[in-house]
This record gives sequence, C-alpha cells and structure tokens, in this order.
Amino acid sequence: MSDVTRMTAAEIAGLVARGEVSAVEVTQAHLDRIAAVDDRVHAFLHVDAEGALAAARAVDDRRAAGEELGPLAGVPVAVKDVLTTKGVPTTCGSKILEGWRPPYDATIVERLREAGTVIIGKTNMDEFAMGSSTEYSAYGPTSNPWDLTRIPGGSGGGSAAALAAYEAPLAIGSDTGGSIRQPGAVTGTVGVKPTYGGTSRYGLVAFSSSLDTPGPCARTVLDAALLHAAIGGHDPRDSTSIPQPVPDVVAAARAGATGDLSGVRLGLVTEFSGEGAEPGVMAAFRDAVDALTKLGAEVVEVSCPHFRYALPAYYLIAPSECSSNLARFDGVRYGLRVGDDGSRSLEEVMSLTRSAGFGPEVKRRIMIGTYALSSGYYDAYYGQAQKVRTLITRDFTAAFEQVDVLISPTTPFVAFPFGSRTSDPYQMYLADLFTIPTNLYGGPGISVPCGLSEGLPVGLQIMAPTMADDRMYRVAAALESAVGTLTPPEL
Amino acid sequence: MSAISREEVAHLARLSRLAVTEEELDTFAGQLDVILQAVARVGEVVAADIPPTSHSVPLTNVLREDVVQPCLSREEALSGAPDREEDRFRVPRILDEDEPPSPRGEDGSAAEGKA
Repeated sequence: MSDVTRMTAAEIAGLVARGEVSAVEVTQAHLDRIAAVDDRVHAFLHVDAEGALAAARAVDDRRAAGEELGPLAGVPVAVKDVLTTKGVPTTCGSKILEGWRPPYDATIVERLREAGTVIIGKTNMDEFAMGSSTEYSAYGPTSNPWDLTRIPGGSGGGSAAALAAYEAPLAIGSDTGGSIRQPGAVTGTVGVKPTYGGTSRYGLVAFSSSLDTPGPCARTVLDAALLHAAIGGHDPRDSTSIPQPVPDVVAAARAGATGDLSGVRLGLVTEFSGEGAEPGVMAAFRDAVDALTKLGAEVVEVSCPHFRYALPAYYLIAPSECSSNLARFDGVRYGLRVGDDGSRSLEEVMSLTRSAGFGPEVKRRIMIGTYALSSGYYDAYYGQAQKVRTLITRDFTAAFEQVDVLISPTTPFVAFPFGSRTSDPYQMYLADLFTIPTNLYGGPGISVPCGLSEGLPVGLQIMAPTMADDRMYRVAAALESAVGTLTPPEL
Repeated sequence: MSAISREEVAHLARLSRLAVTEEELDTFAGQLDVILQAVARVGEVVAADIPPTSHSVPLTNVLREDVVQPCLSREEALSGAPDREEDRFRVPRILDEDEPPSPRGEDGSAAEGKA
C-alpha cells in the first residue's frame, strides 16, 4: 500500500470506510512520521499517542460493528494548543500554563471526536496566538518544512508545518488577525478563517474575543471544507455563535474543482495591489489572477480606502481585548504561581507570576491594551479604532455589491529567516497586513497556494461576505484545479 | 517626540500586574513607542459621526431556557489550581492583619514586585 501520510483526508477516510486500511494503521503511520521528522520540524508541543490509538481503535470497532462512519472517520488531526482538550496538556505556547490539563473539551474538539477524527497531538504556536512566526512560543520555534531555517508563519505555525511535513493530513488553527491564513500561505497549505460566529469559541483560550475564529487547515481545499463542515455550526455555549447552519462548503469545493468560474466576479483590492509586498509575491499573485481569469472569472478592481487603517486599528483593538482577557492568568485558578513564600502579598505574587509566565510579546500587548483603554486615551485610541472598524466593514459591504469575493496576496512576504523580524515588533505585525481587514469585518477568508517565489510558497487570499464561506471555497478549489497543490522538498 | 515615556511604561506595567526589571523597561519603552506611533495613524481618519463597532455579529441578549446543564464538578474546577485548601482556591494574604483595609492606589502605585 502506498504511504498514507501522503494522502488527503478524503482519501484516507475512504480507505478506512471501505476497510482497506484500519484507522489504527493510519494513526500509527502518522505517529511514526512524527517520530521521524518532528525533532527537526517541532510542529508539536504534545503528541498524544495513547489517546490517538484509542480513538482509532474505536473507529475500527465501530466499522467492524457495521456502523456507518462519517466522512472524516479515522483521519488524524493536529489541534493548535489554544483549544482545550480534556486531560491533555494545553499550554497556548506559554509557560504560564505549563502542565495544565483542562477539565473539559472545547466544542471544536468535542465535534472532532464525534466525527471520528483522531486527535494526534497539540501543535506549537506563538504564545497566546500573538505573533506571525512561532518565534514567540515559550517552547521554541517551529521550522518551515520548505526550509528549516525559516519560520512557518504564526501564530498557528505548528498546525501548518504539521501538514506540510506530512505529520497530519488535517489541523485546527485559530485566526485573530491571520494566524491560520498566513501560516497556510508560507507553508504551501490551505488555511481557512471561517465567518466569525460560524465556528464555536467555547474552549478556545481567549486572546481577542471579538476577532478570534477557530478554523480548518489542510493540504487541499476539499479537505479543509470537510473539516469545516465537521467543526462548524451553532453552539449555544458561545454567545456570539450564529444560529444558522454553515453554508455547504463541501459542495462548493466540489463545484469549484470542476474549474469553471464563469459568472463569478472577483474584486482586486486596489489598496493591496503592490504596496508593501515583495515583488516575487506579487508576480505569483498576478499569475494566479490570470489563471482565475482563464477559468472564466471576471476580475475588476475595487477600492477599499479604509483597509490601510486596518493594521493600526487591529493593533489597538486586539491588545485592548487581550489586556482584559489575559487578566485571568493571575496564579489562582490554574497554571503557574511564583513567589508565594508567605511573605508576599497577593498583588506581588500575581505580578511575579505574570512576569515569569508571560513572554515579551504578550507583555507588550497587555501594556499597549492597558494604555489604549486608559481614561484620557480611550477615545483617541480604542474608541477611534472601533469607528475605523465600522468604516472597514462599510468598505467590505460596498465592495460586495460589486463583486462576489475579494482577492489579494495572503501575506506580503514569503517565509522569512528566523530572527529577521523579532527585534522590531512592528515589522512582525506587517505579516498580517492583508489578512486583518477580514477579521475586523467578521467575514470569512481562505489562503490557497498559488505558486512559488524564490522557491518558497505564496498564498492567494479570497475574502467573502459574512456567512458566504461557500463562495470562497468554490474559487479556491477552482484555483487549486488550475495550479495544483505544492509539494515541499523531502525532509 | 516619543509617544510614551519610560515612567508611563512603568505605570502600565504596574497596572497590568507585570513585575518588569529596569532593563526590560528600557526595551519596552522603545518598542511601545514605535508601536504607539504606528497605531496612532487611526487618528488620521475623519470619523466623528461614525458609530463604533465592538463586534461583527448583530446578536444581542442571547438567552437560553433556564434549565440545568452539565457543568464541571468542584473537583474538576479545582484540578488546575496551584494551591488549594479544602474546597477552595488558596491565595496569598490580601490584607495585613493589623491594618484596616486602605483605600487603593492613592498615589497610583500598588504593591510592586521585584523580578
């Protein structure tokens, strides 16, 4: 039998359902692959071999009992370490949660189990999902399987690298400003930020609650759609969950794979058509736009004048919400406690705990947020950023009156070498220049591989209206049918 | 002109319950200055009459039936605590025994930790 680690999730599920391979064999093959390459890639913070094999055995037992299996049963999935997994360590890439074993599963994790997927481990990430390179993980960075001296993107670099290194065919990420799409772009994989409210935040450790969106990562558009369908939909435990079914993203991916985009209008965002992006990224992007045109799509230029203020608005809103959300890490209910020797006050112990437990980027964002929310600065910073958010939303609404989806490069630059953007934090923030507007608006976005620049993957981003996730899957699958998937060099 | 002073950063650190070293203060002051100058660009937008958006989902007052749902047991809720006493989270002393509760933050400073 050919190597199951090279197969798509859809192929694996088919083999398992037909009994041509057991879920245990599939899981073991991926565990072996992790053992062989993860010392170099470091995609995983925790590999749950025991739990994964038990879940796989359960799938095999169900099949043996004649039960009908779901479309992803027996498929291994890697979960970003920002989602709680009952009894399995969850650190968010932070020392402050080292050793914590949550007493409950996130809704997404619960749905993965119900779907019969096999949770194989927890993936590395920038601490509390703040970063674009995984260099801000407290447990060391993840390497990009395309070039081990380069970053895999972030914050969900572990999930994306696990896919590109064939350690898992599916992964879960979370996208607050681009943390699924940018790692997807720089690792040559598919990353989806669903509509905000379309996937549950229950059990997703909060960074910026009005922006955080869990979503699927995969090597093909169809696999991402299958995973999206499995995890999405209303959750009464999340008060911002949209009480509507997820659009039929699987049907849309299959329709797009026929390569026919006639009648589809694509909007090229004028403000993102060059400024700030590497020439090689723009060249690959333009080639992809040509390919989409050949598939029958009509491409028109659309101006979204406030998108240039998205990055500054985001870096006020997200840190503000983070400064509030991360107040819960006070050394009382879970995680680290430092300096409690009987002589220190509660406040001293909290301050020492937070100082020892948080890394520099988290501290910077907590302080920026505290500043932006201070009386005297609130109106000029946080309040103004919220108004800009309204204007960005209006730009999207106006654009979607003219076109079906918007397109841009996913990120301005290909995977960069370790250390090249850590000395100036703002240089790191620029990685999310093109992905952030979607988060502020709340609509869905996908990054799909579109070519190479200097031998490294480039992603094309497709942005759709709120709850029209299916539209972007159709376009992404069509592009994939034209340009193919990307295969990294052997590790 | 810098957007934020070293003293202001020290104050923010205190408010944020972060015990930062002198060396960290130097680094953070420079970095926060760069970030704040960059994000201050939101001020260029004329938005006096624009309503703010706090959230993209137009849901308000999400209610559910008042029915008991499964929840964590006391043991589960306490399972991650760094320290506990009987069925409670144990915390360091909040008030000194011989001091009455004092008004907080009169001089803007709370207890300051040393790293």
